[in-house]
Amino acid sequence: MIEPASEFESPSGTMSPGHPAPEGVDTSHGVILYVEDVTVSFDGFKALNGLTLYIDEGELRCLIGPNGAGKSTLIDVITGKTRPDKGSVFFGQTLDLTRLSEFRIAQEGIGRKFQRPTIFPAHSVLENIELALNAGKRVRTTLFAQLSGEQRDSIHAVLDTVGLLPERAQIAGMLSHGQKQWLEIGMLLVQEPRLLLVDEPVAGMSQQETEKTSELLASLVPKHSVVVVEHDMDFVRRIARKVTVLHEGAVLAEGTMEEVQNNPLVIDVYLGA
Amino acid sequence: MRGGFGRLASLHGLRGWAAVLGLGLLAMVAVPALNAVVPPQSLLHLPDFTIPLFGKFLCYAIVALAMDLIWGYTGILSLGHGVFFALGGYCMGMHLMRSIGKAGVYRSDLPDFMVFLDWKELPWFWHGFDRFWFAALMVLLVPTALAYVFGFFAFRSRIKGVYFSIITQALTFALMLLFFRNNTGLGGNNGLTDFKRLLGFDLHAQSTRIAMYLISAGSLLLAYLSCRYIVTSRAGRVLMAIRDAEERVMFSGYNPLDYKLAVWTWSALLCGIAGALYVPQVGIINPSELQPSNSIEMAIWVAVGGRATLAGPILGAFIVNGAKSILTVAYPEAWLFILGAVFIGVTLFLPKGLLGLGERIGALKRFGVRRLQDGKAAPQTGRTAP
Repeated sequence: MIEPASEFESPSGTMSPGHPAPEGVDTSHGVILYVEDVTVSFDGFKALNGLTLYIDEGELRCLIGPNGAGKSTLIDVITGKTRPDKGSVFFGQTLDLTRLSEFRIAQEGIGRKFQRPTIFPAHSVLENIELALNAGKRVRTTLFAQLSGEQRDSIHAVLDTVGLLPERAQIAGMLSHGQKQWLEIGMLLVQEPRLLLVDEPVAGMSQQETEKTSELLASLVPKHSVVVVEHDMDFVRRIARKVTVLHEGAVLAEGTMEEVQNNPLVIDVYLGA
Repeated sequence: MRGGFGRLASLHGLRGWAAVLGLGLLAMVAVPALNAVVPPQSLLHLPDFTIPLFGKFLCYAIVALAMDLIWGYTGILSLGHGVFFALGGYCMGMHLMRSIGKAGVYRSDLPDFMVFLDWKELPWFWHGFDRFWFAALMVLLVPTALAYVFGFFAFRSRIKGVYFSIITQALTFALMLLFFRNNTGLGGNNGLTDFKRLLGFDLHAQSTRIAMYLISAGSLLLAYLSCRYIVTSRAGRVLMAIRDAEERVMFSGYNPLDYKLAVWTWSALLCGIAGALYVPQVGIINPSELQPSNSIEMAIWVAVGGRATLAGPILGAFIVNGAKSILTVAYPEAWLFILGAVFIGVTLFLPKGLLGLGERIGALKRFGVRRLQDGKAAPQTGRTAP
């Protein structure tokens, strides 16, 4: 039986085994993301309403909910694009995400994949990955940077993982929709983020592509922590360990896919006919 | 070091370097030779006035490069870049005025216009401009400092698109009004003119003009190579990414403010240098250089030539100003209409400018060949980016 959504789940309290925490993100309590009592209003409309949730390090969480539930707004808040009116958002124990700019949050190790594939259309596939590389980001660094053999190898490895190695010289704007999604996922991977926020990764993909994407995302944990926002229930069923259901800007229910599917509140609002 | 040389060599392919060499030789050897060496009776002789005219075009070409960097590559449309060009020009102009010494109309230490206004001493900010090194330093610092401050506030506030373009127009317009005032101390609406010497050389002598022309050509070459270096570096790819998908750039860990500010300031520096080289060759600097319409013309050169190509804007600067020189003599009233028509035409039919035309012809040829090969209409393969 699921606890009512208004009470938050307590963090696991144990450290993820065998995963050293780099400086900056303090995950000594096993929780990588704290979202507490976050409220966001747009002109009186509450996109997020006292939302509280926790992501453990190394977990794969699926975020589902009807349109307008606040899923993308939540991701905007975490990545610094939108500032909450109330509440706190912490990356690990110490990094206050409500005070950092978007690019700093990305540098600290949060990667985001947008709903619509957001890649660099005028650059080649390889250049897209090169730009996303976890390398120096300052002007004086990039002005003189040249790809080392090692970096080139890791770019090729990522391209291979997302199945775009043959297309590496192609202009990214010419890729198919599914390929663009994968390119963006590839860019996310090569950033080496601690936390990945993936917004509707299989929208517009074929069955085959969807299966491949689910395998890819599942392979990312426990080395990374992943939050996936999706509407495709089959996809969610395939990869979900724990599911959080959002509704009207707050958490409606949380648990395994089975628990959530059988929750009467959830059926009422979202999954039922 | 070897790595550095390899990096510099990779600025162009073989054909690119051949083009740079060819055009460089044409500009720096052939043109002066056709004026100075070839006798005036010959058909090939370039009359004396063409040297400072081409020198002027070369300065405009540097401005076009600067505009391409910020507009073509970074997506920032400035419609007020003339302000940096003019500031560099005024700094040089002030030195040239001081270089006149007592050889002016009023035979005074003060510039003629100050004597005319009955001023007894040099305004505070004129001090130092009698020395060339100081004036040169100001040429490098003044436009750059203004650009840095303006850019810092504008980019930090995330002003973009048309709003940004409008405030750049406001900037150049405001300075124009300021410089029009006689009290500002820069010659008012007449500006600074009647220059005589630079570093001891007579500005009206053909040999000096050829030297100024060669310095302008050399500066264009250096400016071009520096811009080419930037756009072929990873930093250049970040700039283009900012143009195309700024959000993705931020979420990949880059701070767009730093990049925009860097390229904006570099662009202003190039314009300032161009202005300083321009003034001794045209013999005058006045507030009309700060007209908003001048800055809009600079954008037209880039659009005509082809954005994000570097070579295109240089070509555009030459073609538009060449046409202007011919047409304002032959049909002076028609020039603005022609310019307007060119801009509309390029926007509608040649979005990639004249260099894009070459691309289109190439694509059409490939399409045509495929038609012949397949015997029926082949789907457009589009090898080029949209």
